Amino acid sequence: MYLLILALFECMGAKASLREGVRTFMKSYDAIVIGAGHNGLTAAAYLAGAGLKVVVLERNPHIGGASISREIYPGFTYSNCSYVSSLMRPEIMRDLELPKYGLQIIPYEGGLTMTRDGGYLASYTDHDMSRREIARHSARDAEAYDRYANEVLRQCRFIKPMLMQTPPDPTSFKPRDIKGLWDLGRAFHDLGEEAMYDTIRFWTMSCTDFLEQYFESEVVKAHLAGTSIIGTALGPSSPGSAYVLLHHYMGEVDGNIGSWGFARGGMGAIARAMAAALEARGGQVRTEAEVAQVIVRNGKATGVALASGEEVHARIVVSNMDVKRTFLKAMDSKDLSEDFLRQVRNFKIRGSSGKLNIALDGMPDFPAVPKDCPALQGDLHITDSIESLERAYDDWKNGMWSRRPYVDMMIPTLLDPTMAPDGKHYMSVFVQYVPPKLADGEWSTEKRDAFGATVINAIAEYSPNFKDLILHAEVRTPHELENEVGLTEGNIFHGELTFDQLMFNRPIPGYAQYRAPVRNMYMCGSSTHPGGGVMGAPGANAAREILRDLKMGGTGAA
Amino acid sequence: MTQPPYKAPLLESPLHSRTAPLCLGNEWTRWGGYASVDTYLNTEHEYFAIRNAATLFDLSPMRKYRVSGPDAARYVSRLVTRDVDGLRPGRVAYAVWCDDLGKVLDDGTIFRFGPDEFRICSQERHLCWFLDCAIGYDVNIEDVSERIAAISLQGPRSFKVVQALGLNDCRTLKPFDMTHFDFDGGPMTISRTGFTGDLGYEFWLASEKAVSLWDRLMEAGQAYGIRPIGSRALDLARIEAGFIVPLVDFMPAGEALRPSRGRSPFELGLDWLVDFGKGHFVGRRALLAEKERGRGRRVVGLDIAGNKPARDALIYAGRSKQVGAVTSAMWSPTCKRNIAIATLDRPYDTMTEGLWVEIYVDKERKWEKAMAPCRIAARPFFKPPRRSATPPLDY
Ligand SMILES: Cc1cc2nc3c(=O)[nH]c(=O)nc-3n(C[C@H](O)[C@H](O)[C@H](O)COP(=O)(O)OP(=O)(O)OC[C@H]3O[C@@H](n4cnc5c(N)ncnc54)[C@H](O)[C@@H]3O)c2cc1C
Repeated sequence: MYLLILALFECMGAKASLREGVRTFMKSYDAIVIGAGHNGLTAAAYLAGAGLKVVVLERNPHIGGASISREIYPGFTYSNCSYVSSLMRPEIMRDLELPKYGLQIIPYEGGLTMTRDGGYLASYTDHDMSRREIARHSARDAEAYDRYANEVLRQCRFIKPMLMQTPPDPTSFKPRDIKGLWDLGRAFHDLGEEAMYDTIRFWTMSCTDFLEQYFESEVVKAHLAGTSIIGTALGPSSPGSAYVLLHHYMGEVDGNIGSWGFARGGMGAIARAMAAALEARGGQVRTEAEVAQVIVRNGKATGVALASGEEVHARIVVSNMDVKRTFLKAMDSKDLSEDFLRQVRNFKIRGSSGKLNIALDGMPDFPAVPKDCPALQGDLHITDSIESLERAYDDWKNGMWSRRPYVDMMIPTLLDPTMAPDGKHYMSVFVQYVPPKLADGEWSTEKRDAFGATVINAIAEYSPNFKDLILHAEVRTPHELENEVGLTEGNIFHGELTFDQLMFNRPIPGYAQYRAPVRNMYMCGSSTHPGGGVMGAPGANAAREILRDLKMGGTGAA
Repeated sequence: MTQPPYKAPLLESPLHSRTAPLCLGNEWTRWGGYASVDTYLNTEHEYFAIRNAATLFDLSPMRKYRVSGPDAARYVSRLVTRDVDGLRPGRVAYAVWCDDLGKVLDDGTIFRFGPDEFRICSQERHLCWFLDCAIGYDVNIEDVSERIAAISLQGPRSFKVVQALGLNDCRTLKPFDMTHFDFDGGPMTISRTGFTGDLGYEFWLASEKAVSLWDRLMEAGQAYGIRPIGSRALDLARIEAGFIVPLVDFMPAGEALRPSRGRSPFELGLDWLVDFGKGHFVGRRALLAEKERGRGRRVVGLDIAGNKPARDALIYAGRSKQVGAVTSAMWSPTCKRNIAIATLDRPYDTMTEGLWVEIYVDKERKWEKAMAPCRIAARPFFKPPRRSATPPLDY
């Protein structure tokens, strides 16, 4: 009896591996996801969770896309692109059980802006503390801060439910689109009369105009305006920049709206946890598998051809690449309509950011800030007026990096013990503005290093021992972001977050519901609603739409 | 040396050097950015001192705004919903102010010092709103919160303490009257006001003089059983007095993220504070419309069966239809009644029977649900003659 059972088991095992063998040979899957960015991994994990056989094909030898951390200087882990988390949807972390696979997000304390006159303005998570701090600069602004914070929170409350929803198509008469629009309209109406007007203004006005309504102090405005230009090819006074500010406020860490935190171990920890969740659901990730082209037969996507020449087939193809890379690089234009291609070409995806990752031999001094100020744990800035933000933007318009750049500088190792040897520090410096193309031609190694030197010198003005502490620096301009990370023009959000490219217009009007114009093909990257940032929402939303088309809705997708 | 905010996130009241050593249980709470005593040691004893003897409460964290100038009276009249023309210099009035939609931003007290000078006191911060409303008025608005300290002396024997200080003139003060004295070479205002529904006085003077006044009051009060009280004991007294508190019994419209959380004075049961006859005021149009339409809900007092405080309880009409919720509740030791302040949807706010409160009862970490019948009761729950008798009764 016992032997019989054993034999039975062996037989079943053999059968299973035979089936595997056939599948591997044919390289056929239910779904291919192109790109192991965090959105690709999210979509893949949901699809695998619903029982599909999924493979993720990643061009690079490492996964994560812009949600990545790597050791490129011994002993130090850099968050090479994104560096802080807030937007990452908690429902996704929960659905995919990411904590089980090692994900932990640690909230940090506020941030600060150093001023040219040797002072500083800090923001803290404690409301009373922040108010007292603002009062050091303007008693009136301290009073206005409550109003400002309330207004921003109201707007966040309106937007947040939309993050995990497929944007309704206003031109469609399908019941679900009509219901979606109705829900949207009702949520809008529920804002109340005044807030309704404010919402429209908010979505279209400039950050400067928005802040001017509340504050008088230059440094208070500059400190708050920073998030309106991050990753954005707009100045703080350009219409539309107020929304970008909101985009950075609508996240949360464990229910604390607007809070930001570090992923322990760097932002790669998010992608790693997702990949582990995917594998636990039976999915597979293949690195160094660059997709050269999506194969389309009879108007249907049937698989992909890799750069190596290998073909991989699947019932559906999902692209995590940005919309330009997807349709202009990885597809044959004959498979798409002229009209669609024109709109893809016109999609605004101008790069405007750079990044320095620096290994430090110790904690740099910032004489303007007391050593025990907890805001040093947060984001540090050296631009103390809106005017200088605007001037920094002028340089970008003129085709060069800002001579006095805006930096969003952080030292994650003050909280995260895993990223540098004890006593040493990792500094992440996000830089605005850096153009994808320079007025005097293409980027070169020399120009990249000159850009790096500009940033380091700017910081050194506020930290006398900074340069001496530098052990190694990774410098990335939009050129590197495009070529190494795969972000068209180096745009960190896969396309600008302006009103004309949001909601049912993102990425292309009529194609906001994650379906490509070719059947069986979908988009799941940050070019889709609700846009960029390490959020996971595009990936989860796309998976939900796919499962809906496969009539597998309600099988574990968000 | 002043500490940076990250080392001292909370402000210290001018009386901190007196209240801190007395706060033996070290129980503090935040109030408007200040550290404020929650309980000195024993809430029950502090509460009974309010109803039995005399108490001191540090009221300094209150926001205080000085409104002065030729248009001051017109301005205040425009700001708040009640009539202020009838408010004579030397009088104090309770008032609410609304936004344009007729939703209450806060409540507070208005002190009229002279024809062209007022002081508005409130719990929340309103400088921005007050300045917004001042556009077009020849009026000066100043936040004097930091400069002026306040001590509340409450309890049946509070007048004895006042007398012991030699301030006999207070004998003729009626509720909501105020008068002025010289204290240590500076002005001091005493108003017959308070938040306890009992006999009591509030002292207002320059922050630098607050400690000296506190010491004198404590000394003079020794013979009358005086003791300092924290906000928890005060809260019990205010529920018995039937007063509502913003952020507890309703959301101030300026702070609510959900616009539907705003409450009109009618909904708060403060109809008597709205004077449509006095000319235009902020929120008037919306309130007129609401008066036509009828309010959607109302804040009421409840008398609940049993003795289990109905904190945060839901209210049902019959056994299943949820029609409101309790916002403040206590077993009243003075009235020996189980009382609550609640918001009820219309038309249940006028129901005479059939209302039930769902109470969760902690029986030594074993929770049980009790459904207790309740009925709408008049506020104040506690209204002793000594509250308004002038001259004060001997107690
Ligand atoms: C410098 C920088 C800083 C940022 N800072 C933050 C931050 O602090 N917080 C935050 O929330 N967001 C931040 N962002 C934005 C955020 O990181 C991105 O919007 C987000 O990670 C994009 O995720 P994604 O999955 O949509 O796309 P991606 O991460 O871009 O993933 C796309 C993947 O596709 C792969 N790929 C491309 N072409 C091919 C191909 N032909 N074949 C196979 N694979 C291919 C890429 O290698 C990549 O792995 C930052 C971005 C950058 C660049």
